[in-house]
This record gives sequence, structure tokens and C-alpha cells, in this order.
Amino acid sequence: MGETLIRAVDGVTLTVRAGEFVALLGSSGSGKSSVLNLIAGLDRPTSGSVVVNERDLAQLSREELSRYRLHTVGMVFQSFNLIASMTLAENVELPMRFAEVDRGKRDSLAQEALARVGLQARMNHRPSELSGGEQQRAALARALINRPKLLLADEPTGNLDSHTGTEIMNLVSEFNQQLGMTVVMVTHERALAERYAQRLIFLADGKLIGDESNSTAAATSRAGRERP
Amino acid sequence: MKLPDLTELALRNLRESLLRNSLTTIGISVGVASLVAMLSLGIGLQQLASRRLMKSGLFDTVVVTSRRDLRNFNRDEERSGPAPAESRILDEATRQEIEHLPNVAEAYPDIRFITELRYDDKPHLTTIAALPASAKSNDAFESVQGRFFSSDTAPEAILQKAFAEELLGKTPKPGIDETNVKDLAAPLLGKELTMHYAQRDATANTLSADAGAKNAAGGDASLAGAAYSVVSREQKLKIVGVADLDPESMRGPARARVFLPLKMAESLHVMQPTDLREISRAASDQPVYSSVSVRVKNPSQIQQVEDAVKKMGFNAFSILDASKSIQQFFKVLDVFLGIFGSLALAVAFIGIVNTLVMAILERRREIGIMKAVGASDGDVKKLFFAEAGAMGILGGVAGVALGWAIGQVINAGTNIYLKSQSFPPEHFWSVPWWLVGFALLFSFLVSLAAGLYPAGRAARLDPVQALRYE
Repeated sequence: MGETLIRAVDGVTLTVRAGEFVALLGSSGSGKSSVLNLIAGLDRPTSGSVVVNERDLAQLSREELSRYRLHTVGMVFQSFNLIASMTLAENVELPMRFAEVDRGKRDSLAQEALARVGLQARMNHRPSELSGGEQQRAALARALINRPKLLLADEPTGNLDSHTGTEIMNLVSEFNQQLGMTVVMVTHERALAERYAQRLIFLADGKLIGDESNSTAAATSRAGRERP
Repeated sequence: MKLPDLTELALRNLRESLLRNSLTTIGISVGVASLVAMLSLGIGLQQLASRRLMKSGLFDTVVVTSRRDLRNFNRDEERSGPAPAESRILDEATRQEIEHLPNVAEAYPDIRFITELRYDDKPHLTTIAALPASAKSNDAFESVQGRFFSSDTAPEAILQKAFAEELLGKTPKPGIDETNVKDLAAPLLGKELTMHYAQRDATANTLSADAGAKNAAGGDASLAGAAYSVVSREQKLKIVGVADLDPESMRGPARARVFLPLKMAESLHVMQPTDLREISRAASDQPVYSSVSVRVKNPSQIQQVEDAVKKMGFNAFSILDASKSIQQFFKVLDVFLGIFGSLALAVAFIGIVNTLVMAILERRREIGIMKAVGASDGDVKKLFFAEAGAMGILGGVAGVALGWAIGQVINAGTNIYLKSQSFPPEHFWSVPWWLVGFALLFSFLVSLAAGLYPAGRAARLDPVQALRYE
């Protein structure tokens, strides 16, 4: 209950180029999730800055941060984080409700997004009626519904078997390559990161300990930086 | 978030924990019902009282007296205005003048005198008053045994219950005042009463020296016609009715126990107590009245008429002055009933707060997800507000219906009781439309107020924290 200050991330400086697929690697407690939350605008740094598209997230108001999350970032989580009381279609269109998109347009966009992840047949099912892989696919559909530039994935395969995990990672890679989304993925599985990411960043105890590019995957680079 | 989306999400969330939200909504509806029930009881009682007063003929009547008359009501406000000596005489001319004031339905002289009535050759002394034909609609004569006067000039009489008892030699025992009027009326109806009275008779002007001296002192020549003689007369009256209620309750101890038709009573030229005093001023051919009752067309205009009469230089008194305090009483009653009714709503208020705070705990993760995918603090706040508001509206509608039903049941139950006690049924329960609107609005606002704290708390929830817990 004390106000002990924990330095989850300390002095990390990194730049991510637009269109890059970056993996944040580290053991639990290394601060990789905290870095992701800072980029996602879910958390604010006590000092320093997080610049996305030339805007410093640390300077934004709560309202501006929520708009940033709505339009610039798509997120997937280890535990899927779908709303249990809603069908897949409703879950997928939820961000569009906050963006005040018209209902008719919402329905067609949600169907399109679910079709992209191969779930159009399950759109009226609730998350509890689906397998983990299907839920994560629905979460991916939700993450791209507002056409964000940035996809943030927090251990997206952590709750899945390797086969389903591969399916999900293929989709993430597809979004990166075909839609040009910048992907920042947190994982503790080095093999997974090496297979998909163009760049591997290692964290330990909130500090950056390594930054190496990965030759296995190639992608186009564009302007834009993230520097937590 | 747009309003339709917000509403849909809110209703969906309410359905998710159906039992808890239903119970909370029932709590609101009970609160609203008790408020509606209490207030409609207050309003209904007030309407009943006004209706009663209206029908009693008191509510639309202004009693006018001359300021120099002893018979004024001696209230403080009467003492302002012209001095008694300057006040005008209340005679036939002024009666007609008053009758032609705007909003006045009729102005009739208040004829009342104490005299002896003989029934079965036994004398009975009582106050007799004259009633205009319009008194037929008076509440007191609604349940009269027998009938009202056949015409305004008929030699007929209606007895007040107490006098009927006296005639029959039945002295009511204190505490047991429940003699049936029907039993009293049966032996009396159609019987004859003999009234002995003193008639004031205009006579030829033969002034005594005494009066002449007075005249010279006053210097007023018109007084020459003010002499009259008093003749003892007899009048047979047929008893046509016995009234249960007292139509003259306003007059207190001066109230009459026998009533005659107005025109008939006027034609008798009964010597009035005030005649002795007015003799020095009035012209002999014009009757002078001790007081005139003015009936207004609409009770709402009673104040204007009262003011107009006062401007003419007379004393005016209406039950409106008394009814003001009655209205005040009902205002206070309404406030008290409202407070009691609101207590249940206050409990419901706490219920809403509790339900929504529980919902935040339960939906912590959901709130975190919504924020992660781009919901603003405002969106989350609005969602909780919408849920509180929806419960408020649903509870309000159910509550108004419930309150109305409770009212109907109590009304019906009371009327069954009234009927068993052989009273006419009464409608003392009233749910006016403004009360329905007020209750719905109130319930909505109370619910929104209850949502204030939970909504703020939900909006401030840290998404990182909310998503961390499984």
C-alpha cells in the first residue's frame, strides 16, 4: 500500500520506424509490457517522452490520449480481452461506436474485418463459444477496425498452442506486410520473435540491453518514430 | 458515443445482471410509488375539501355588512377604511348596486330574526333565516329529508336537524349524536308550524314631539319618513324538509335552525334587530338590511368582489380568508407527505449507487477494455449515467403505475367502508398529469444523481490496472 516508486522502465531510448515489425523481448518484470503500455497511451511516463507521429503522448490530455488510442493504435492482448456479453460482431465494432461511426457503415466494416480473419461465420457468437485462437482472431479484427497505423501486441500467442499461435502470427505479419501497419510485439519467446520480427529489442530490469535487426524478415521503411 | 448507441449499450448492460438491476429498479419504483401515493393523497384530500367548501355555498359567498353595524366580524383589517359614521347604509338600492358589480351572481339580503314558533301548541324560540332559491344546490340540502321549497314565495319551512329534535321533544344525548334524520323527518313532514313575529309596518308620518326635537338637532329632513309601527302577526308554515347538515356553519352561534324561502320572508317585513338603530337614518319606504350575502359567479373572483364591495364602503367577509389558512395547511401537509414519500426514494437512491458501484467492480475489466480500444473518460461516464437513467425511467414508470394502483385500491377500500357506514362515496385520491410528469422526472433526476459518483469512479479507472487483473 506504500507509495514505493517502481522503475518499470528506466532510461530506455528507442526509435521505431513506420512499417517496422519490432519484437520486445525480455523475462517477466523486465518492463517490456510497460513500454508497450506507454506506446499505447494507456500509461504516462513520469519523465521523458513518447513521440508518435510527431506528437508527444506525455503532453496529451486524457481526452486526447483516448482519441489517440481510438484512431492510431490497435491492441491485442494475451488474454484476448473481448467483452463476454457481446457477440463477435459487436466486439469488433465497439471501437467504431466510440468513434461515432454510423451503424450501417459499422456493420459492413465489422463483417469485412471478421472476413479478413476468417470468422464471418461466427460473427453472432459470443466469445465464450469460441476457441482461444478464434477469440484472438476476433481481437485482431477489432484492433484493425479503425484502420490504425500501429498494432501493439502483448504476448498475443501466450495463451495459445503453437499451431494456433502460428496462425495468429501469420495474420499479424500479414497486417504488417499488406496493410503497412507498424507492429510492436511483446513476447518472451525468442524463436517466435526471430521468425516474424525485423528487429529484436531486449529489455531487462527496465533497461534496454540489446537491439539487433533480424535478417529473416524484410519490410519497407517509412518515416515516423517512437521513442519511449 | 451517440445517444442511441449509448442507450443500447446501457440496456444491454442492465440485462446482463438482470436480477440485481431488476431489484434496484423495483426499489426505485417502490420509492416513486410511495411518493406518488402520498402526494396524490394530499392532492385528493385538498380537492375533496375544496369541493366540499365549494358545494357548501360558503366558498363563493361574500357577506357584506355596513361599517356602522354592530354585526361586523370585527377583524383587524375591517378597522381600516372609512370610519363607521361615514359608512353607507345597506339598503335595497345598495343591494342592487352590489348585484350589478362584475362577477356577482346574486346579492340577497340576509334576513334573520329570533322569534317564536308554535308546534303542537308548544312555543319554541329560535333563529329563523331566509334562503335564496339558489341555496338548493347547497351541499347541506343535498341530503335533505323531504324536499326544498316549492317556490321562493311558498309558506314553507325547512328545519335543521337539531330543531326537529327539539320539536319532537328528543333531546340529543351528548356523545350520541347519531339520530337518523329520516326518523326525525317522518312525523314532521307536511305538518304545520305557526310563526309569531313582529311586522314592521310603514305608517303615515305622525311624528311625536320627541322625534321632532331629535330631528331638529340632526337637521336632517329626510328622517321624517323613518317612522313605522310594529304589528304582531302570525304566519302558518308547512314543514317540507329536515336538513341533516348545517348550512350555516360559518355563522357559528348565530346560525339559524329554521329556514324560509327568501321572497316569502321579505314579504313578511319582519322587524329586524337593526331596524331600531336604522330608524334614525333610513327612508321608510326602503328596506334596510343588516347584512347582504353576495354570491360570486366563480370562486376565483371572490377577491375582486370583496375588494369592490370594500371600496363601496362596506365591510366584506368571505370564507376565502379562512380558506387561505386551509390552503396553507394543505401545502404543509403536501410537503410532509412528500418528505415521507421521498424517504423510500432516498433508500432507492442508495440502492442505485450500490448497484452501480458493484457493477464497476464486476465490470472493471470491461471498462479497461473499452478504454484500451479508445473509449474516453466521457464515454465511460455517460454509459454509467445512461444505465442509472434507464433504471430511473423504468422504475419511474413502474412506480407511477404502482402508486396509481395503490391509490385506487385504498380509494375503493375506503369507499366500501364509507358505504358500510352509509356515507356517500368520495373520490379523495387524485393523480393529476403534472404529478405523473413530476414523478417521472424526479425519479430520472434522482437516478442520475445516484449515478454521479459511480460514473465518475468508473471514468477515472486506470486501464492498465483494470486490465492487469484476471
